Amino acid sequence: MTRQVQDAFKAGIPIFIGYVPAAIAFGILSKGCEITLLECFLFSAVVFAGASQFIALNLLMTGMGPGGIILTTLLVNFRHFLMSAYLSTRMGKIAKRYIFLIAFGVTDEVFSVLSFKKGHLSKTFVFILQLSAYSAWVSGTLAGYILGGFLPQVLTKSMGVALYALLLAILLPEIKKSRKALMLTIASGALNTLLIKLDILPTGWTIIVCILVIALAGSFFITDPIGEELYE
Amino acid sequence: MNNLVYLVLGMAAVTYGPRLLPFLLLTDKQIPKRLDAFLKCIPMAAIGALIIPGLFSATPEMPLAALSGMVFTLVVGWWKGGIIIPVLGSVAVTYLVLLCAA
Repeated sequence: MTRQVQDAFKAGIPIFIGYVPAAIAFGILSKGCEITLLECFLFSAVVFAGASQFIALNLLMTGMGPGGIILTTLLVNFRHFLMSAYLSTRMGKIAKRYIFLIAFGVTDEVFSVLSFKKGHLSKTFVFILQLSAYSAWVSGTLAGYILGGFLPQVLTKSMGVALYALLLAILLPEIKKSRKALMLTIASGALNTLLIKLDILPTGWTIIVCILVIALAGSFFITDPIGEELYE
Repeated sequence: MNNLVYLVLGMAAVTYGPRLLPFLLLTDKQIPKRLDAFLKCIPMAAIGALIIPGLFSATPEMPLAALSGMVFTLVVGWWKGGIIIPVLGSVAVTYLVLLCAA
């Protein structure tokens, strides 16, 4: 095994472990919504977008039609546009055909790990990482749907925290190193909390506004190129 | 059934589109410095906005439970580092708090 492959598996295992409980929770929930196993599998295998899948289930239960759910999904997932924009600057020269695969696997957690990986991102590293995430998400979904009934309810509820813990654990080494990173994180979280409290934007938009405003502010106020410090 | 398959395909399209477009537009392009500085701030801005209000809704009937789990992640992740133990530990702590409260 080359160094790259080893690195990729080392980064992929925590994502796998973080995704499985969240995916189990999704499987259990979709069974509760009277969706078939195949449909539940298709959600995770074809859409592959954690938060918006949960939101879609909730909206289905409220009786919303496909149009409204698809529009909400677009709003909720549009943040990945910004994440992909960032990642595309880190990939170096890469054949067009790989772009189509890599783009499919840009989730919040994969993006977070990739953003804090030093140097250029090789396609081997990216693929292995995304494959860990994808296999965890799909297999966890199936496990949850099939075996969910056997798990205590309190345990499945507490699994909801896994994705947030995963993001926090990925972020911590960076904010320990850089006060600028810490400030940006807290500012963005504070702004999002405020926007949600104010309740003037539809679901999903608050995160996009936060990324735009805070990253823009960061790029102006932080005169030192933050990249030098974070990504050299 | 069919209705749901259309829904899944529609959701997949509007999820994949925004993920793909920037790669098509920006890969191999020279990026102006200003835009580059902006893009480099995106990770922190994104993760901050994802975590901070979200964790209060992770266990809606008792926000304190998820909060305790996250405090565990924060403390262990900060002092010891790693990802697996902070993540599994946070689920365990959340579970224990929910269990005690029930």
